[in-house]
Amino acid sequence: MQTLRLMLLTKEPPLADSKLSEATPAEATETVTEHTVEHGTTTGISNNKLLMWAFLGSECLLFGALISTYLLYKERFNDFAANLAPFEQDGRNIGPRFGGEDGEGVFDIPFTSISSFILLGSSLTMVLALSAIRRSEYRSFRIWTLTTAALGSVFIAGQIYEFTEFVEKGLGYSTNIFGSAFFTLTGFHGVHVSIGIVMLLATYIMHKQGRLNSDKAETVEIVGLYWHFVDVVWILIFTIVYLFPQ
Amino acid sequence: MTDTAVDAAVDAHDDHHPSDLFYLKIAAILALFTAFEVGTYFVEDSVPRWFLFLSLTVLMIIKFVMVAAYFMHLKYDTPWFRYLFIGGLVLAIGVYTIFFLAFDLFGLG
Repeated sequence: MQTLRLMLLTKEPPLADSKLSEATPAEATETVTEHTVEHGTTTGISNNKLLMWAFLGSECLLFGALISTYLLYKERFNDFAANLAPFEQDGRNIGPRFGGEDGEGVFDIPFTSISSFILLGSSLTMVLALSAIRRSEYRSFRIWTLTTAALGSVFIAGQIYEFTEFVEKGLGYSTNIFGSAFFTLTGFHGVHVSIGIVMLLATYIMHKQGRLNSDKAETVEIVGLYWHFVDVVWILIFTIVYLFPQ
Repeated sequence: MTDTAVDAAVDAHDDHHPSDLFYLKIAAILALFTAFEVGTYFVEDSVPRWFLFLSLTVLMIIKFVMVAAYFMHLKYDTPWFRYLFIGGLVLAIGVYTIFFLAFDLFGLG
């Protein structure tokens, strides 16, 4: 009973296969039983977390497809730039960051960089929220959760502003194939961030209703996994779409 | 088992979850790398393109791994989660590398 109490208190991660193989049959049975009690599964691994990781693995394929499509069609920007301002500067190809009326293309790198810092900061606040609920520090948890949602909202607001600017400069979703690939990729990411904000707010509301506390910190962890994934995808998009030289 | 022993076990469990200070350090490193990435935009006319591509790619990968390992706890969790995520990642890279080859995006002819 004391062992079971200790297991529930420590929430020790499942033993590795090598450790299980070293254990005697009795010890292995005891270990499996204890972890079955912990997560209610025969593997000792949380089904919810397993499902989220499987989902994130499949999301790699989704965003892989969108990034690949963008890379394939990014050179087709010239069709747009040629219509807007048919010139080349210093022998460079016209691209999202060169050409156009002011010679600077449509991208506003300093602005997007600030958005990137904001999203990166939201990953920190997310992990601090998880850390707080694990320690039963509920006030901190509420503050960090709302901060994360707020930072995500600022990112989305920035993206909407950016899209509006692009359309005003002449680059819309159907202007050319570059525009379609660009807006599909960044738009899909924006939708993911928006879903993440809804999940964060739902987590906050559940906590306020008393349905989420340190015993159910795994729920926050799963929401956090999704949020961090959205952040790592942006790490790729920001570098590949915005920062790679034309 | 005494309460002290239980407390010790709980402390040992806490080792799996880094402190807030550790997360702050990771975030500071990520911010530094991002600042360096953004900095390349302002000096790209005076730096070779191959160097820009190389440095940006390396920084991107390091940032990706750091967030996945520390913020998503892949470093501390059961390896099965790692297999699932890396499996999806490797599958995506494989499929889209073939995609690029099919469309001759690498210019290999």
